[in-house]
This record gives sequence, C-alpha cells and structure tokens, in this order.
Amino acid sequence: MKWILYYILPFFICISCSNESVDKYVPTPSPLQIPPFFQDNILAPVVPISNPQTVEGIALGKRLFFDPILSADNTQACADCHAPENAFSDADRFSDGIDGLFGNRNSMPLFNLAWNYDEKFFWDGRAFGLEHQAFQPVTDPLEMHNTWLQVEQKLQQHSEYPNLFEQAFGSSTIDSTLVTKAIAQFERTLISSNSKFDKHLLNETTLTAQELNGFNVFMDETKGDCFHCHGSDKNPLWTDNIFHNNGLDAAFTDLGLGKVTGDPADNGKFKSPSLRNLAFTAPYMHDGRFATLDAVINHYSQGLQNSPTIDPLMKKVAQGGVQLSAQDKADLKAFLLALSDYKFINNPAFLNE
Amino acid sequence: MRKIFPTLLFSLITLLSCGTDNDDTVSQAIVTFNFNHNWDATVVTNTNFNTIQYTNAHGEQLSITKLRYLISNISFQKSNGDTFSLDGYNLVDVTNNTNLSFTPTTTIPTGTYSSVLFTFGFNNEANYNNNYPDLNATSWSVPGILGGGYHFMQLEGKFIDITTTETGYAYHAIRAVDNTGTALSFENTFFEVDLGAVTITNNATFEINMNIAEWFKTPNTWDLNVLNNMLMPNFNAQVMMFQNGQNVFSLNAINQ
Repeated sequence: MKWILYYILPFFICISCSNESVDKYVPTPSPLQIPPFFQDNILAPVVPISNPQTVEGIALGKRLFFDPILSADNTQACADCHAPENAFSDADRFSDGIDGLFGNRNSMPLFNLAWNYDEKFFWDGRAFGLEHQAFQPVTDPLEMHNTWLQVEQKLQQHSEYPNLFEQAFGSSTIDSTLVTKAIAQFERTLISSNSKFDKHLLNETTLTAQELNGFNVFMDETKGDCFHCHGSDKNPLWTDNIFHNNGLDAAFTDLGLGKVTGDPADNGKFKSPSLRNLAFTAPYMHDGRFATLDAVINHYSQGLQNSPTIDPLMKKVAQGGVQLSAQDKADLKAFLLALSDYKFINNPAFLNE
Repeated sequence: MRKIFPTLLFSLITLLSCGTDNDDTVSQAIVTFNFNHNWDATVVTNTNFNTIQYTNAHGEQLSITKLRYLISNISFQKSNGDTFSLDGYNLVDVTNNTNLSFTPTTTIPTGTYSSVLFTFGFNNEANYNNNYPDLNATSWSVPGILGGGYHFMQLEGKFIDITTTETGYAYHAIRAVDNTGTALSFENTFFEVDLGAVTITNNATFEINMNIAEWFKTPNTWDLNVLNNMLMPNFNAQVMMFQNGQNVFSLNAINQ
C-alpha cells in the first residue's frame, strides 16, 4: 500500500502549488478605440504592457494635463502650450515658460501618438516613448521649471490626487513614473480620424473638385510629391514619423536630430509632422517660421535651401523647389485643409470640463 | 527502501529521455534568407551611408542615404514540376538595418530542387489584390494615379552632378506605368530571381548578395544627371530599372 503514498503525495503537492486567489485592485480596462479605417490600413497602435489604458488612468491623466500644479509656481499646465482648440499645439510661434522665457521650437500638436511606431518623440526625437516624453517639460527651465520631487510632494499633499492615483494604479504613493504614465494614457486617447477627407474615404462625403485636384498634386511625384513623407490615402497618419531635412536653411542654428544622435548626417533633420489638423496648428515647421499654409507651400515650391543633409526627395533644389502653379498651390491648400478634424478639437472627452 | 528505488529509477530514466537528440535528420527544413549588399564586391551596410564614396558606371560619384526593397513569393521547384511556395514577403530595410534576414513560416521538404526563386517586388496579384497594413504604415504604397499597389524599391542618395553640385536622387522602382494617355498603360517590372539548383539536407540559410552598382550598370548605363528624380511616373526609366535589376542579385552561399 505504501506505493500509493509515492504517487498520490506528489500529486497533492503539485496541486497545492497553484496560485491562491488574492484580492488585488484592478482598474477598469479601457482599450483604445481604434478607428476602423486605421484598423484596416495600418498597424496596431503602440501601448506599453507596463502602462495599459484604464478608465481611471485616463481620467487622472486628463486632470493632470490640465492642472497647473505640475509647474513650479502653479501657473502653467500642459494644456497651456498644447491647447485643444489648436489640436493640442500652441498658436504662438514659441511658448513662454513660467519665467517668461521662450524656447526655440514650436509646440508640437498631440494626436494619434500611439501610432508613432518608432516611439521617438519631440521634433528631434530625443525622447523614446510617450511616458519618457512627459518627463521633460516639467523640469525644463524654459517650461514648467519644476522638480519632480516638488511635484510629487504637492500631489501627495493634495486633497484628491492620492485617491485618484489609488484608483488608477492601486497605490496612493505618488511618484513621477505614475504621473507620466497617467498623462501618457490620456494622450493616447487623443485620436483624430474625422476629417472631411476621412469621410470621403468612407464614402460619407464628397470632396470638391479643387480638393480632389489638390490631393492629386499631393500624390503626384512630378508636382507636390508630398506622399513620400506625409502619408497617403493608405496611411491615415499623414506622416512617416521620420526625420528629414526639408530644405529650410543652408546653415543650421538648430541641429535637430543631429544634436541627439551626434551624427553630422542628421544635422538639420526634424520629424515630419502630421498634416492632419493644419487648420488649427499654425504656425508651421519646427521653429514656427511660417505663419500660413501659403508660406509653407511656397517654401516647397520655390524656397528650398540646399545643404549637405537636405533630403534627396527635396527635388529641383537648384530652382528652389517643385515650381507649382498658382492653381495647384491653391488646390493643394484646399486639400490640406480637408484633413482638419473639427470633431477632434471639440470632443468633450478632450476638453477641460 | 527497496520499493522506493525502482520508482526513483523509473522517474530518472523518464526525465533523462526528454533530452534533445542531436543526430536527427529533418524531413522538413526551415529556410532562412540573409540579404547582403555590396558595391562591386565592397560590402555596403548602413554605416557606409551618407558619404559620397561610390562611382557608378556612368562616372558619377554618389552616396546612399536610403535603401529598402521588397521581396516576395519564395518558391522551391523540383525538376518534375512540383513547387513549394513559402508564404510571406519581406521589406529589406538596409537604412534601419532591419529585416536583413527573413525566415518564412512555412517549411519545405528536404531534397533536391532544380530552382529556388523569389520575386523582386510583388507580382500583379500580390500587388493589387491585397492590402498590407505593415507596408501602408511605412509609406510604401504607390499613388492611385499611378495605378496603386506598392513600391518595389527605394534607393536614394546624393551624387555630384555635371555642374559639380551635390544633388539628390530617388531611384524608386514600381510597376512601369504610362499615365500620359487617357488610360493607364502598364508593363510588368517585377522579376523573378533564380538562385539555381540546390539540395536541401537540413535547415538552410541562403546568403544572397545585392550588388547595388548593377542598378546603374547593365545593360543600361545610368546617367544620374538625366534620371535622378521623379522616376515613378517615368515609364522608360522603370523599364530600364527592370532590365538592370536582372544582374543585381546572386547567391553567395548556402549554409546547412
């Protein structure tokens, strides 16, 4: 009979190894609502396993995004330089920080960030991952000029935030990592997919003849040739999220990507911005040098400056650019404006209410 | 004690029997394709990019700033006509040093094959009948005004032009299309690369070479001063790329 012990005992020992059920708080999952056209045509968005989207995390991130508590003197929130009505950009060429100082880059608009597959953020790609990006403005002397220790202490002593962090992350102990995780969750929800052109692709509206011709100018390699860097009807992001020198300067005062990588071949390269929501995101370029879309189109048409790192796709540099006709310029502008998403900038889920 | 011993011995033997045997011969082989690049036998990687250091057959000095290309439709053919096609396609991205190695998910039976083939680009069925989110996401599609589908290759860089000015070139290969008439007129410019006969005895790795210089060499001596940009809608340029591409790929070795 002893043999029974030899076989049965290990069996029970193994069974006893299974996990005991321990009550652990889990916030409410809230997966990104992926637009069907995105679902069908491009890869899935990037959401870190370490920071899943949750109802409580998104709500906390939204509150933090609009709360000036992150700045040293409680006067500046993320939304001050990333205003919803500007597609989360800044209408000013350079944003002023809490000390009245200005940087040298135009505030980037914020939408469809989860589809930045390489996860390089900022005009020069210096931050890897949305969570890491959110670390920088808080301590930047030209922006919120705070310390993370001070932010953590202020939030910890706040009457509501410890409970909100408890709900979002299961811990009322607040640290910078959780703050940036919450902000990143909110930012990932900023999805723009309801422009007139989107509706055209879904056969829900019709473009004007001018907008259609503008799209053809955009897609024509002998005219605008915008699609190589700025997406197409097959890529609703309207950016390649890659870094290019688009011929702004013959000599660089801002090295852009080159300063980050240390590679001279990257000097003067900046991220291609999305062409969505241009109606709301003026001024344009990394340094906001162009106040109008007309100025941007004129740049590519006749204002290119040659330099060692100018992108080979910037053609006819010796002539200043692609030499669009006045009609093609006007049509191209009409098409570009059809990429603007009014529903996005008025979405209550994205507003400080 | 005497009764415990057989039990332990049995368990030990059972556990030891789980080890991997090294003397198995596979009947289904996993095949891997490594893509290597050179300029007339000088190795090219992305570390060699962005510097003007190559001279094409026409005599222009040039650099490479971007190189990525599509291969698809790998197949192994037997002399009796049996063909084993491997699923998938691969966008070789030399610029970012990604997808230089491709292992299809399908395996093939070991044995002797008269030809190993792959397609440069997409054939028409693959080009027009499917939507590829990964390729769309990396801006690889071809405008509808040129018939749609996808690029076959993007080779870009700078060259010293006839006025000694550093000028960009964008050698983009697609299916040749004439869009000057009322209707688009096409000519096929994807092509099959035949790596020759092979006997597969085990899992195998094919080392494939692309000689980038050949894109500018044979049979068309490519003059970058004339053909440097806006080549996608240039029907004749696409046909010339197709012709020059016939000599670009070669098989360096098979390791198995």
